Amino acid sequence: MTRFGMAIDTAKCVGCMDCVVACKTENDVPDGHCRDWIAQRVEGRLPDLRLTITSERCNHCDRPPCVTCCPTGASHVHEYGRVVLVDHDKCIGCKACVASCPYGARFMHPEGYADKCTFCIHRVEQGLQPACVEVCPTRCMTFGDLDDPHSEVSRLVAGRRHFVLKPDAGTQPRIFYLE
Amino acid sequence: MLELLSTRHNPMIDPALHVWGWEVPVYLFLGGWVAGAMVLSGWLLRRGLVEERPSVVRALPWIGLVLISLGMGALFLDLEHRLYVWRMYTTFQPTSPMSWGGWILLGVYPVLALTGVATVPAALADAWAPLGALARRLRAPAARDLLGLANIAIGVGLGVYTGILLSSLGARPLWASGALGPLFLVSGLSTGAAFAHLIARDPGEQSTLLRSDNLFLVTELALIALFLIGLSSAGAAPAQAAGLLLGGPYTAAFWVLVVGLGIALPLAIQSLMAAGRVGHTRVAPLLVIGGGLALRFVIVAAGQFSAWP
Repeated sequence: MTRFGMAIDTAKCVGCMDCVVACKTENDVPDGHCRDWIAQRVEGRLPDLRLTITSERCNHCDRPPCVTCCPTGASHVHEYGRVVLVDHDKCIGCKACVASCPYGARFMHPEGYADKCTFCIHRVEQGLQPACVEVCPTRCMTFGDLDDPHSEVSRLVAGRRHFVLKPDAGTQPRIFYLE
Repeated sequence: MLELLSTRHNPMIDPALHVWGWEVPVYLFLGGWVAGAMVLSGWLLRRGLVEERPSVVRALPWIGLVLISLGMGALFLDLEHRLYVWRMYTTFQPTSPMSWGGWILLGVYPVLALTGVATVPAALADAWAPLGALARRLRAPAARDLLGLANIAIGVGLGVYTGILLSSLGARPLWASGALGPLFLVSGLSTGAAFAHLIARDPGEQSTLLRSDNLFLVTELALIALFLIGLSSAGAAPAQAAGLLLGGPYTAAFWVLVVGLGIALPLAIQSLMAAGRVGHTRVAPLLVIGGGLALRFVIVAAGQFSAWP
């Protein structure tokens, strides 16, 4: 069964925000909102500081609390690739999914429904890459099937040291940051 | 040192989550209040006190209908996609406490209305024959016991669900506590008992409700202690979340409004009232009701502020 995920090489990401602009353009994300964003973490103590740049978005978790809390079934796991999606016509705008996401990946669209990254499933179904992956100038993002051990994303996750965001939240995210 | 810079600036999400304003705590409070009133009504119904005295059971169902409608009105105002609200009732999502709550709320209305009819005063029942006939059938011991049981079952369901609604959203460490469901239920019972005490006319019933409320308040204090101890010993993030109430930005509101004025002070006054050391006062039950509202506001706001590292 296909299970889409992403590996993002933090050694290559320069935080140029091309992925953010591409997403906003491709998905017509309303002004003042974003489905993906850039975070910069500075850790350590002078002079031993370490900067990690991460391109972040919905983690399409294997245990998505946004899906289990939804009272109408609007938030659901799509059968193709197990991508977490929102059916706009079923969403009542209760915001439980927004409150349940530890990553703050969801927001309320001005038209009243919960919105978030879809892994550009409309492109993926046509054999294309998500817009953010497509435009990345450093090719730091790799998208693919985590259930296929021969896929590029699976090999990267298996072969490189990596971390996920907020592991203690227990959601089993499917975006892996390569160190 | 860890410094985090993010380009994200989504409304209601950044810099800290604040998707739920006054509407949700008001709904949780009114829902809990009605839940408490239903449990008490059920208990009084099953004890058969309705015929003996001018019981508060006669007023509680009708007031409950008004309160739950106000609560649902607040919940409706909170929705961002209001015209789609009917979608709640085209499905049942077993993993979603909100879905459970939506269906439980549908059961609240008929049970409260039937309880109201069962306890309708004789003068009113005599004035309209069909109403009198229905009231007589509902007052038959078997029907009355069943109605009492329905009140208790739906009241407990409503009260617990308001707490589980929050604790099931695992993203907020402050809400990740199994004590939240029982705490909200007992707070609802306490609010319901305080209100019933406030409107009760019969001295015997007043005394029963006063002692019940004191029991609920003591239990509430114990559950708050359990809630805080549980979070503080559950790991870094829950401990940090508990810190919001133990020295953090919500400390004053929690300890002054919820614990001090909402539980400890009325408990002290009501204990003296029960011992006959001070006269009857409406201040204590009013404080309990205010404390129940403050509890929901503080827990909803602080919970949204808490986050996993």
